[in-house]
Amino acid sequence: MAHLADLARIDLDDAELDHLAPQLNVILEAVASIGAVGDLDDVPPTSHPVPLTNVFREDVVVPGLTAEQALSGAPEAEDQRFRVPRILGDEQ
Amino acid sequence: MTATTETLVPFDEVVAAYDPALGLEIHVELNTNTKMFCGCPATFGGEPNTQVCPTCLGLPGAMPVVNGKAVESAIRIGLALNCEIAEWCRFARKNYFYPDMPKNFQTSQYDEPIAFEGYLDVDVEGETFRIEIERAHMEEDTGKSSHVGGTAGRIHGADYSLVDYNRAGIPLIEIVTKPILGTGAKAPLVAKAYVSAIRDLIVALGVSDARMDQGSIRADVNLSLAPKGSGALGTRSETKNVNSLRSVERAVRYEMARHAGILAAGGSVLQETRHFHENDGTTSSGREKSDAEDYRYFPEPDLVPVAPSREWVEELRATLPENPAARRTRLQAEWGFSDLEMRDTVGAGALELVEQTIAAGAAPQAARKWWLTELARRANDTGVELSELGVTPAQVAEVQALVDAKTINDKLARQVFDGLLAGEGTPEEIIAARGLAVVSDEGALSAAVDKAIAENPAIADKIRDGKVAAAGALIGAVMKEMRGQADAGRVRELVLEKLG
Amino acid sequence: MSEQLIHKTAAELADALAAGETTSVELTQAHLDRIAAVDAGVHAFLHVDAEGALAQAAESDARRAAGEARHLLDGVPIAVKDVLATQGLPTTCGSKILEGWVPPYDATVVRRIKDAGLPILGKTNMDEFAMGSSTEHSAYGPTRNPWDQTRIPGGSGGGSAAAVAAFEAPLALGTDTGGSIRQPGAVTGTVGVKPTYGGVSRYGLVALANSLDQVGPVTRTVLDSALLHELIGGHDPLDSTSVDAPVGAYVEAARQGATGDLAGLRVGVIKELAGDGWQAGVMARFAETVELLEKLGAEVTEISCPTFVHAMATYYLILPAECSSNLAKFDAMRYGLRVVPEGDPSAEAVMRATRDAGFGDEVKRRIMIGTYALSSGYYDAYYGQAQKVRTLISRDFAAAFESVDVLVSPTSPTTAFPLGEKLDDPLAMYLQDLATIPANLAGVPGISVPAGLADEDGLPVGFQVLAPALADERLYRVGAAVEAALTSRWGGPILAKAPNLEGPR
Repeated sequence: MAHLADLARIDLDDAELDHLAPQLNVILEAVASIGAVGDLDDVPPTSHPVPLTNVFREDVVVPGLTAEQALSGAPEAEDQRFRVPRILGDEQ
Repeated sequence: MTATTETLVPFDEVVAAYDPALGLEIHVELNTNTKMFCGCPATFGGEPNTQVCPTCLGLPGAMPVVNGKAVESAIRIGLALNCEIAEWCRFARKNYFYPDMPKNFQTSQYDEPIAFEGYLDVDVEGETFRIEIERAHMEEDTGKSSHVGGTAGRIHGADYSLVDYNRAGIPLIEIVTKPILGTGAKAPLVAKAYVSAIRDLIVALGVSDARMDQGSIRADVNLSLAPKGSGALGTRSETKNVNSLRSVERAVRYEMARHAGILAAGGSVLQETRHFHENDGTTSSGREKSDAEDYRYFPEPDLVPVAPSREWVEELRATLPENPAARRTRLQAEWGFSDLEMRDTVGAGALELVEQTIAAGAAPQAARKWWLTELARRANDTGVELSELGVTPAQVAEVQALVDAKTINDKLARQVFDGLLAGEGTPEEIIAARGLAVVSDEGALSAAVDKAIAENPAIADKIRDGKVAAAGALIGAVMKEMRGQADAGRVRELVLEKLG
Repeated sequence: MSEQLIHKTAAELADALAAGETTSVELTQAHLDRIAAVDAGVHAFLHVDAEGALAQAAESDARRAAGEARHLLDGVPIAVKDVLATQGLPTTCGSKILEGWVPPYDATVVRRIKDAGLPILGKTNMDEFAMGSSTEHSAYGPTRNPWDQTRIPGGSGGGSAAAVAAFEAPLALGTDTGGSIRQPGAVTGTVGVKPTYGGVSRYGLVALANSLDQVGPVTRTVLDSALLHELIGGHDPLDSTSVDAPVGAYVEAARQGATGDLAGLRVGVIKELAGDGWQAGVMARFAETVELLEKLGAEVTEISCPTFVHAMATYYLILPAECSSNLAKFDAMRYGLRVVPEGDPSAEAVMRATRDAGFGDEVKRRIMIGTYALSSGYYDAYYGQAQKVRTLISRDFAAAFESVDVLVSPTSPTTAFPLGEKLDDPLAMYLQDLATIPANLAGVPGISVPAGLADEDGLPVGFQVLAPALADERLYRVGAAVEAALTSRWGGPILAKAPNLEGPR
């Protein structure tokens, strides 16, 4: 649970974990029934409900947002950039 | 941050005891007009956050649409790398949190790359290495953070950061090699030659600006060592964003020495990300790759699969330029260059310039001579690439034609180049304006020869006595009198005629 | 006057506008008055834009006076679910994490209704990020069912359904990921349509689960849904999953269906969507409606779709997986809430604290489930397997549609339940969508039309019709036939039986 919360970047405290953990277990038990459908090696997975392919855009510039619009929702901005707290770790 | 505590093993000893395995991941930023998934400009250097829209800013509700041109470029790169092109493939989300990534997932490709199973041959000191390509896939770039406070510009110790998303969503092709084995002591050179070959290929395809200094080609260098002859693969380190060809070589060399130091002391190499430092050629520890890193890839539901028809793939194959290595072999034969001359030409980045100069009428050796001596020196003095010097192949060919016609000589030609660089007009105009043409007035030339003979009787006597080699001194005197604007061959003829 | 206006259907309002019997300003004002009178109780709206709506209405009237009406519905006001981006109007998705966010762009469907001249009354309440079947998971408090304000209006689109049921709006936009248009329609006695996946643009719809979501009409009549569907439907180059095909003739199908002739129509009753846990009053109204179809000339057979029993598990793996990734963008960096813990927190600490404070329990549950289902070592057993079962469910539909033209079932197993009853029992809540989920998994269209009131509680029951992908016309034909026959049997629309709310009617 703590690992999942960590991957999902949610700061769950112990009380929340105690509250949510049993509910999650119930849900996970229910969805685990999917395994009972059996071995589906021959069945292709569906990632897209409608079978389209090759939807492309022309490589033509279209107007986007102004910097003001882009930053309009920013909790903090500085020098026309999004101001964010100090970053731990490295770029990937 | 630099690794002051590392024990480095001398290179000779490393290769005596260990087999290196290389792996290279190269990110190529495409030069499409627009981004990978939206119509924002993909150009470099706009004002912050002015090349953004709901999609590349990751605003709630916005959706991606694939840039068809980027797919075309990806396929062409794949074909040029002798890859298979997928008949059907999907984009996938790579999930991880980072402030410069607007959606906190990168739209990339996972187990279904557009191109896979290819190779590229590179030559190192006369030996050919076949680099096997595992895959080339499409993905999007991230935004760019600048760090405020602490050590200027460094992420560590910064107070806060400022993010510009102009770069977010620019199309990238990531080219991943299979482990490159059997390079031994040549590992650093093979790595460099491979990145260089990729760069040449990208330039020939015209799909990227291919500027390593601006980050449009970025190399990550994986390296591991295994005991010599063991056939095993050691734990690798991944050195990120190595930004010049020279750095690729240095990074490999350094990591080989560092790994060997750890292994020799009985330690084990950490699987981690490292950063390369241009200033001293070392690497330092970045982020440890732990099991916690779980990207939770899954197919991007907002983008439909890409299924390039075989007709389209063949159409694109027909547009491929000649393979750079094959082209080099062909040109060398056509031009009659020695291996050394060819290598120098390529090394100076003058291949295209020489080719175009020859196409404009100059003899191969003459074209090579101007670009690799006179013009290379000037480019070096001013710190620019040859191609950016400001002299065109057509102009070089024109200057050489004037030399061939004996209108000017080599020495005057140098002054013509000065004029060209100063923007004084065409070679003809510069010759006229500067009065550079060789004097072809036989009377004036004859008078100058007579004067030189009169002023140097001792030398004249030697020549009369058959010591023809002494003629050089008289020719020099005549050329000086004529302020260089004479055809030295004609002067020699006149001297020998008069003293013969 | 205004009482008459708010009870009219959108089609009637369009006719009245065309005939010059009313103005857009008058009827927009009438709906704003109604909202002011009843919404304190119903709480269908999170944001009401009286000024903007009246300005758009005045422009509409000017166009109409100049003979330049842009669309049949030009001037007919509409409510928009708060999950659709509206430039200049707050868009919160019912979440604290987006409180106060005003998008700098319009969703394509919003752009289309604006371009057609429909004044936007405001944004309707919903379960947070559309996760829920009761609208109780809204961070801004629940919407109440106009039939009984102690009960849920369905969800996630309880706000849109309650708004049309309470005559606060003649039309609304909803979104349906597993039943969020149809189930609220069922429990509020209104009509809701989930179009074929790809039939209506999702650009600007804040995604819950991208491969399941679809925007659709929320109305009081089948004809009104058809009118709205034709307006918002059709290809959008900004949505790669949008189907590049002409919009169907839904209005024509609805008018044809209303004549009551279903001769030759083959109807399949889905065997798996009945049984234990299905409320008796729901099953009774459903059985009556099926009999009605036979009377109208349809041939009814029972059809088995055996993999539908796995639809719930499939859905609750695919949806959380997609949503765990979709909701990662809410990280306090670019927009929305930012919670800064004490000390000198890093960006990562701010993300964690903000996501803890900004997301409600149901959102956290689904993010955690989705993160689990996608994580290394579990992907194949959970997400991968779910995608394969999804294929089987689509095959069940395909097989069924070889022998029938439409499939039918009750929309929801129960009528509206009391507020709070299932709030901490996620599985019980999930069962509400048992009948609606298969359509989303397969991408096929569905409609819910009122089938009457359950005997035991006097609350509305919904009748669901499902059709093959891109055959949305069949929904309108069958839906309109059922509506016409039942309305005539009841002697008027079902909502005439709803209790009077405070305020002008």
